[in-house]
Amino acid sequence: MNANQGAFTLGPLEAGPACCVPQPVVQVKNLSLQYDGKMALDNVTLDIYKGCITALIGPSGCGKTSFLSAINRLTDLIPGCGVSGQILVNNRDIHHASSQVQVLRRQIGMVFQKPTPFPLSIRRNIALPLNEHGITQKAEVAAVTEQVLRDVGLWDEVHDRLDVSALSLSGGQQQRLCIARALALKPEILLMDEPCSALDPIASGVVEDLISRLQGRYTIVIVTHNLAQARRIANYAAFFWVREHAGQLVEFGRCQHIFESPSHELTAAYVNGSRG
Amino acid sequence: MPEMIWHHTLQKIRDCGVQGFVYLAVLLVSAVFVWMLADLVRGGFAHLSWEFMTESPRDAGRAGGIASILVSTVLILLVALVTAVPLAWATAVLLTEFVPVTSPLGKTVRFSLFVLAGVPSIVFGLFGNAFFSIYLGLGFSILSGGLTLACMLLPILTSTAEAGLRAVPETYRLSAAALGITRTAALIHLIFPAAAPALAAGLLIGIGRALAETAALLFTSGYVDRMPGSLFDSGRALALHIFDLSMNVPGGDMPAYASALVLVSLLLCINILAMKLAYSLQRRKILT
Repeated sequence: MNANQGAFTLGPLEAGPACCVPQPVVQVKNLSLQYDGKMALDNVTLDIYKGCITALIGPSGCGKTSFLSAINRLTDLIPGCGVSGQILVNNRDIHHASSQVQVLRRQIGMVFQKPTPFPLSIRRNIALPLNEHGITQKAEVAAVTEQVLRDVGLWDEVHDRLDVSALSLSGGQQQRLCIARALALKPEILLMDEPCSALDPIASGVVEDLISRLQGRYTIVIVTHNLAQARRIANYAAFFWVREHAGQLVEFGRCQHIFESPSHELTAAYVNGSRG
Repeated sequence: MPEMIWHHTLQKIRDCGVQGFVYLAVLLVSAVFVWMLADLVRGGFAHLSWEFMTESPRDAGRAGGIASILVSTVLILLVALVTAVPLAWATAVLLTEFVPVTSPLGKTVRFSLFVLAGVPSIVFGLFGNAFFSIYLGLGFSILSGGLTLACMLLPILTSTAEAGLRAVPETYRLSAAALGITRTAALIHLIFPAAAPALAAGLLIGIGRALAETAALLFTSGYVDRMPGSLFDSGRALALHIFDLSMNVPGGDMPAYASALVLVSLLLCINILAMKLAYSLQRRKILT
């Protein structure tokens, strides 16, 4: 193309995958997990795609939560828990000697089933992890606090009582505070372990809306027992099942595919409600 | 059916009997406490005065007060706490935060503390005399006495701290770890504050034990009733003063009563405070 022909030119072609090809952020390869020698999760291989919501579904005890805790190495804290296989986050092995677990957990936030606010003020709940990661300037902490509380829709409800105990909030507010606390560290990935199951239906709806709003900005892996919820918010779904007391990944694919035309008969039975 | 009626009557009599026995037991137990307190107040209250609290004993304690005794008691207590509290709490942290409940190390430590808790105080006294006074050359001194008391306090301080730390919900540790907060930071900012009432209650129970201790101090801190000049001086603890006045000093009954009243009042205050703290801890556990 000649420069004289006109001012308008297309830029050079960008290297990298096309935008419609999903990009894996977390690559789980042959992950197996044992508690005191008993197999809990057997040989799971799975990619988690960037910016998408991946739902982990399946009956209780099929290793979904264990799978989640392996990604941020929370399994390190469980006595007698053995992990084998490989987990790559942005192509880095999380178990590699050079990987720092604190850095990893900053990059990967986690929200638990029951809200877990610290017995501190609302403000301090968000400031404590920030301080621990070296963000100590008051103005910056205050700005981040306001930002994340706005992000989870809690700012208008609590901005005039940031110094009261976080335990005085309602269950749904506590859970949103926990999400805000995780977001304050600017994670790339959010792991959510049934974040709505301990909440009443209205609070659950609010949190669910929040999660769908986070899609695109964060990569989210969510464990849920609520199939309708998985269907509403997830882009991808992974179906786990128990075989010989150990959890296994049966099927992984686009949410629509899993729910409407699953390739495995167990998946079909589970999403129809005839099994599980 | 007269048999049935007879049977029910028997049951009723048994019920009343059990109830009566339980009430009688409670009455006796409370009576011992009330009687003791009343006796102390009757015998000692008249002798209590401002001078009694601020003057040093004269004439082997028959005259004067207990000022130097109180100072020695506080010094011995301080030495004991400053030594025992860090060691005990560090041990509790190891047991709760760093090793699994069932680990051999944890079991061994817990067992040895259990044994230590059952050792009679006179044995601690002999050990303290042999080790601190003679082997380390500290002689009869407040330091020897305090260190001996510290050994005695280790089990109670450790076990109360361990229970308190264990009562802190596991979710705090997990969610702190999930936020990339280090274990040390979680301990300082979350776990110790959450366990504070239990730690304080344990501390108060320990102080109570230490204040009441006599036998362990007999051979270690000695019974010189002068005002101590330093930690290397011998000093007489309050409980020991009472022992000495009532056993070795003819005509020392009145000051002995008064000293006992002071000691029991102190212990009572400390125990009430400890109970209050434990209660607030329980309520907090229910709330959260």
